[in-house]
Amino acid sequence: MEAQPDTDILPVIFPWRKKMKIAVASGKGGTGKTMVAANLAFTLSQTCQVTLVDCDVEEPNLHLFFPAPATATDVTVPIPVVDEKTCDRCGQCGDFCQYGAMTVLANRILFFPELCHSCGGCTLVCPNGAIHEEPKRIGTTTISTPLPNLKLISGMLDTGNPHAVPVIRVAKKLAENNNLVICDASPGTSCPVIETVDGCDACILVTESTPFGLHDLELAVDVASRLGVPAGIVINRSDGKDQATLDFCMDHDLEVMMTIPFDREIAAIQSRGDLLCRVRPEWQKAFYALFVKCRTLAGVD
Amino acid sequence: MKICITSQGATLDALAEERFGRAPFFIIVDTETGSFEALENQFAGGSGGVGPKAAQLLITREVKALVSGMVGGNAHEVLKAAGIYLYAYRAHGTVRDALERFNKKTLDLVA
Repeated sequence: MEAQPDTDILPVIFPWRKKMKIAVASGKGGTGKTMVAANLAFTLSQTCQVTLVDCDVEEPNLHLFFPAPATATDVTVPIPVVDEKTCDRCGQCGDFCQYGAMTVLANRILFFPELCHSCGGCTLVCPNGAIHEEPKRIGTTTISTPLPNLKLISGMLDTGNPHAVPVIRVAKKLAENNNLVICDASPGTSCPVIETVDGCDACILVTESTPFGLHDLELAVDVASRLGVPAGIVINRSDGKDQATLDFCMDHDLEVMMTIPFDREIAAIQSRGDLLCRVRPEWQKAFYALFVKCRTLAGVD
Repeated sequence: MKICITSQGATLDALAEERFGRAPFFIIVDTETGSFEALENQFAGGSGGVGPKAAQLLITREVKALVSGMVGGNAHEVLKAAGIYLYAYRAHGTVRDALERFNKKTLDLVA
């Protein structure tokens, strides 16, 4: 375990009243993003109000660690609807659409909703005003209060829908008035991760000491860097042979903010849907220390 | 009648391309006169929706039949709706070979 924080620092930081948004991402899947996000949120909720946002909308699972009654709201995106009577098949909508969602036939328009990115361009370029937009449901957000100081917002994309980003955007927006926000990203480095990390004050990148973990960490570091979000590293399931990861972090001026050992008891706690910091409260100190480091990373004092 | 053969190059001696939406070139042949025109596929490198975009091009060019290897679901739907016949050519030969087989009516009609 990392050096323990000076516990005297805690009253200085808490109660927390500043705005700060932390993203938890990884590159590689299964490294422990959700474990870190859940334990960080649980620990902080012991002293202050925290909002946890599950941005892994294709496979949200934070609610498994924090079961509570939740209220769901639909997430919709606008999609074009063509009035066949006003449309003269001029083809401008099809020419404009970069995604091939509108095909103009001699007698009608063929629309592919799964290709549409809801940009609204077709509606704007139609010279006849024949296109208007209607909402289409693509997923839901749920809000619950599993602990007195913890609000959980989960985005959930409907099965078969390819557009995760609008659901993530809505989930993050629901948290925008909250001071302390932790956003749990999906694995990978594509649009959903970018949408999650973008605009955050700090990014925790969770990795594991395997060649796969390091390879994908390098990609994730690049994403955070391009988005201008300062990143720090958490090594999870460490078998003590972390030299390649440590070298990479040294070379790229990245701080290893926390190391969690490869430990059967931790795995067992996690696997039964419990929280390390609840079962082993001594771990809360390490997660407080992680938070303090994120705060330094973010430059929020 | 105008037909389209997907191609890797701009001539009749180029290899036919098996993909439709991401084919580098579309060779549009007038089967009555034998004259042809090579169109570079500007959608070939697009991130998505390239099938329907390419199919739209065929509609605009009043193509009546397409000779290609594979056509994706969305493009297939467009071709069907537009009444463009789809013939499968997977012999790995040239555009000229595909055209000859089309003229001899030895290609399979997919839709």
